[in-house]
Order: sequence, then structure tokens, then C-alpha cells
Amino acid sequence: MAVPAPEAGGRARRRFDLRLWLPTAWVALVAILAMTAPWLHSVPLIRLKPNAKTLGKAGQLPSMKFWLGTDQIGRDIFSRLVWGGRVALAVGVVAVVVAMVVGGTLGLVAGFYRGKVEVVLNTIVNTLLAFPALVLVLAIITFLGHNLWNIVTAIAIVGIPAFARIAYANTLAVSQREYVLAARSLGAKNKRILFREVLPNVILPLSAFALVVTAVAIVAEAGLAFLGLSIERPKPSWGSLIDDGRKLLVSKGVWHVSFIPIICMFLTVLSINLIGDRLRTLIDPREAKV
Amino acid sequence: MSTDHLLVVEDLKTHFSTTAGVVRAVDGVSFTLERGKALGIVGESGSGKSVLSRSIMGLLPGNNVMRSGSVKLDGHELMGLSRSEMRSYWGQTMAMVFQDPMTSLNPVMKIGKQVGEGLRRTLGMSKQDSIETAERLLADVGIPEPARRLKEYPHQLSGGMRQRVTIATALSCGPSLLFADEPTTALDVTVQAQILDLLAAQQHDRNMSMILVTHDLGVVAGRTDEIAVMYAGQIVERAPTASLFANMKMPYTEALMKSIPKLTDKAHTRLDSVGGRPPNLISPPAGCRFAPRCPYASERCLSEQPPLVEAVETPGHYFRCWYPVGSQEYIQAVRRRESLAAAGGI
Repeated sequence: MAVPAPEAGGRARRRFDLRLWLPTAWVALVAILAMTAPWLHSVPLIRLKPNAKTLGKAGQLPSMKFWLGTDQIGRDIFSRLVWGGRVALAVGVVAVVVAMVVGGTLGLVAGFYRGKVEVVLNTIVNTLLAFPALVLVLAIITFLGHNLWNIVTAIAIVGIPAFARIAYANTLAVSQREYVLAARSLGAKNKRILFREVLPNVILPLSAFALVVTAVAIVAEAGLAFLGLSIERPKPSWGSLIDDGRKLLVSKGVWHVSFIPIICMFLTVLSINLIGDRLRTLIDPREAKV
Repeated sequence: MSTDHLLVVEDLKTHFSTTAGVVRAVDGVSFTLERGKALGIVGESGSGKSVLSRSIMGLLPGNNVMRSGSVKLDGHELMGLSRSEMRSYWGQTMAMVFQDPMTSLNPVMKIGKQVGEGLRRTLGMSKQDSIETAERLLADVGIPEPARRLKEYPHQLSGGMRQRVTIATALSCGPSLLFADEPTTALDVTVQAQILDLLAAQQHDRNMSMILVTHDLGVVAGRTDEIAVMYAGQIVERAPTASLFANMKMPYTEALMKSIPKLTDKAHTRLDSVGGRPPNLISPPAGCRFAPRCPYASERCLSEQPPLVEAVETPGHYFRCWYPVGSQEYIQAVRRRESLAAAGGI
């Protein structure tokens, strides 16, 4: 009568999935280069050049010496791209994790305890949601100054309400499930039910959503940088690279200085979204587990 | 009364206040349950049987619930206890098996953890002890290869296996009273009998009391000592199992009985069903609550509510009917219907 259990790990041994692995490889490459940027100048083959120094003629096309060419004042685009990737990584990972932890906790607590806590927390979240995001970000950055961690903080704060909403909605649903009642009928305390029964079931949809927010956060930072509102130049960010290249494109018709960071950012954001989609279908308990 | 009454419920009422009005889900239920005995609670959907068991356990959520009456477990009054006071009863004294094993197991927690959770937290066992005990519990409920199953997730098990796991979990802390809330409704017919037999065997082996809630009279027939039939939040008939089946008094019980298909029926025989719908529990009928659907109802049934009375010839058999099955008036009513039918009226 027992249904033979699928072999352990059977899901992992499915067909090699290019739609998952290609984007993952790209994101991994970007992340590893960005993380190791300070040490890359001594790595053979790569020999990353200083990113803020004029090293040759302006507007050179890609070559063996300058892999992705040089920008409007002769800086190495590859090295600026790698260093700019650090900003994207900080925003995409740190800001999103902070927003997920803070927002997720707010939503979880509001959805689980209900009552007065729910009213207070939802009011906070709704207030935050009603405030125009761009104005909030500009206010924070103008107030605190244009450095990386202030930008991360600003984007994290803007991201909190969305995570809170998703955590709240999922917690409401999960708390009604019978396994929560079953745990309670066995004498489990609220705290344990929250952490052992509810949280693990809420964290899946929350993580899937986090990947979407990561992509949005990277684009948001680039947008701010494009407008000159992110970290101070000459420190590179993908958005400011695009902006620099745009000026060269308009004045001299040199296209690669702006298009290389555009393509890089496009591929990164696309990859993150593709990974998010694949993971959602793989992990979503409603589709994967009956 | 003897002292061996594990559970004494007196005039238990459980009302929910909703925007539409007060729903009287359980309306004055009294019964007693002896240690080591099984009681079957039977009724159709919405009769209040699930609310009754959850109300006794004190597991009803929310602040719109109003409970009154008395629930005594082993002599201790449970009514009015706080959540944290109730918690010491949950698991160790009272436990519950839920209807749907698909939703009563956490999909992201391994079986071993779910079965062992109560052992570790409530009984304070060490991790190693809890694993060994969980393995033994799974073996007790008839799960082959329990050691391997402990490391699996619920979705890797069939419905019947999952229900065995929830039974093992409910039994883990050694409760003296087990509630089984429609434990087989979500299962295949072939598995139902196995699960019911398992519950009966465990109840017997552990000298545990059990309240088996179901909508199917057939389920409780061979496996409980007593049966209480519920209708619209009230017990309408309560008797030892044999007495109930031999001599049912309440037309509602009779109607439930008739709605069980019989093996001796010819193929394509039309299934008898209880006509109409259960009454609105916000404003139940003034007289007998079953009267609007009762084929034998007369004037008195519609205006005066019958009390729960004990049958004269069979002590211990209670029913709530003015004209019980077999009485003079009942026979007259049946004749009346027959003559109407003969006249082509029905």
C-alpha cells in the first residue's frame, strides 16, 4: 500500500538545465570577480589594472592590453566594471538581505500574533509603502551623504514594506494550516510554532521574491548613479559608467564605453530573474510537493 | 456515579459571534466517558461535532468564541484555564488526530522531527532517546522500515502512511484521551478500515479513552463502546453501540442509518439521503431542531423542543424526540405517509 518513495535527491539528478546553469554561471562570475577585486591585480592572466587612473589613450576599443577598451579619459573599462560590480553586489545582497530580515520579521510577527501587534505593524508598513520611494531614497542620501553604505541603507528601507506584505500574507495562510494546530495540540508554545512550523514555510516564497528584488535593487542603484546620486565619482558604479559612456557616445559616436556596462548589467539582471523563475518552480511546494 | 469517569462534559456551549449573529455551534452538550472506553460522535457536516472536540480540548482560536459549561478531565475543571495552563494537558493528557494527513503534517519538516518534537519538548527526552522512541512509535502504528521513514519528508509518504504518522505523533506523549476528528475521511476506502482498526487497537493496548468523530455510522459501528449522535449543536441520541443499532429511537439516526448503502441492495438502487439541509445555527428552529426535515414530524415537534430523556426499557439510552421510532405516534405517522404515498401524494 505504501507508494514507493522517490529516491533521495531524485529531483537534483534531473536533466542538465541550461536555463538555470547559464545564468547561475554568469552571476557567479560577476560575484566572484567583484568580491575578489582588491586582490585581482596580482592574479596572473587577469592582472587587474587600477580603476581610477588614466592608463592610455581615451576611447580605445577592446584589445589584449585593455580587454574591454578604455573610457573617455583612458581608464581601463574592465577594471572599472569589476569595481562597479562591488557596488551592485552590496546593493543586491546586503540591502536585500536586510530588507528581507526586517520586513520578513515584521510580516511574520503581524500575521502570527494578530490583534494589536498586527494593527501597529501594518500601520508602519503602510506608511512606508505610501511614502514615494524615490523621494525617500533621495532624502536619506542627501541627509546622510553619498557613500556606499548609506545607499545600501536607503534601498533596504524602501524594500522593507514589500517583504513585510509577502511575509504577512503567507503567515496568515500558513497559521491556518492543520499542522500548526497539530503542533499546538501537542503542547508546542507560540515561539516554537512560529520558528519551527511557520517560518520554514514562509521563507520559501520570501526567498523567491528576494531574487526579484535583487534585480530591482541593482537597477535602482544604477539609476541613481546614472543621475549622479550614488557613490561619489571617480569611484565606479555601473550606472555612472553608463552615464560616462553616454557623453562619449553623444559627442564622438564611441559606442562601446556605454554599451559594455549596459550589456553587463542587462545580463546580470536577466540572469537573476531567470534563476528566480527556475527556483520558484523547483521549490514551490504547491508545484513540487503534493 | 463511579469515579472512573475520565471525562465529564456538562452543558457545554460553544458560540461564535459573527457579523451575522451568534452561531450556536455547540449548544448544551453533556456526556461522560469512562477510562479506556471509546465514544463515537456522529453527525453530518455542520452539526458541531468537530467544534465540540476542539472546544473540549480548548483548541479553538480567536477571541470571538464564547464557551460555557463544564469540562472535567480526571476530576480537574478545564473550563476557564488559560492557554499556558491548558498546554500542560495538550499532548500528555489529550491529543488529537486530524482529518487530513495532507495538511496536518508540516511539508518542510522530516517525519522524525515531527514525531520526536513532542517527546523532546514536552517529555524532555534527549535527541537520541527521542529518535529511538519515534522509531518504536512508527513501528507500533504499522509503518514498515521506520528507521528510513524518519529521515523522509511527508510528501514521500502515501496518504495512509501519513495518517499513521500523525497517529504516532498524537500518541507520542502518552495521552489518556485521544480525539480522532474524522481520521479517515480524506483516505482511500481500502485504507480507512486499516486506520480505524489501528486506532481501536492502540486505544485498547494503551487503555486510552478515545473520542472518534465521524459522519459515518458505519465507521463507529464495531469500534466504539458508546455512540452520541449530534444534530445542530446538540446530542440527539446517545446509547451504548449495540443498543443504538438494535433499537434506535431518533428519526435522525434512522435516516443516517438508511443513508448507508447496503451490500444486499440491487445495483443502481437509489441511495437514501436525508432531505433538506441542516438548520441555520444562528436562529435554530423553535421546536425539535430536526423537525423541519423529519418525515414523521407533527405539530408538537415544530413548537416544543423535546428534552434528552432516558429510554424506559433500555437504561443508558438517551434520545431527544417526542415520538421516537417504534412509538405509537411514530407508527401512526408512518401509516399516514404510506396512505399518502398510495394516494399518489408523494
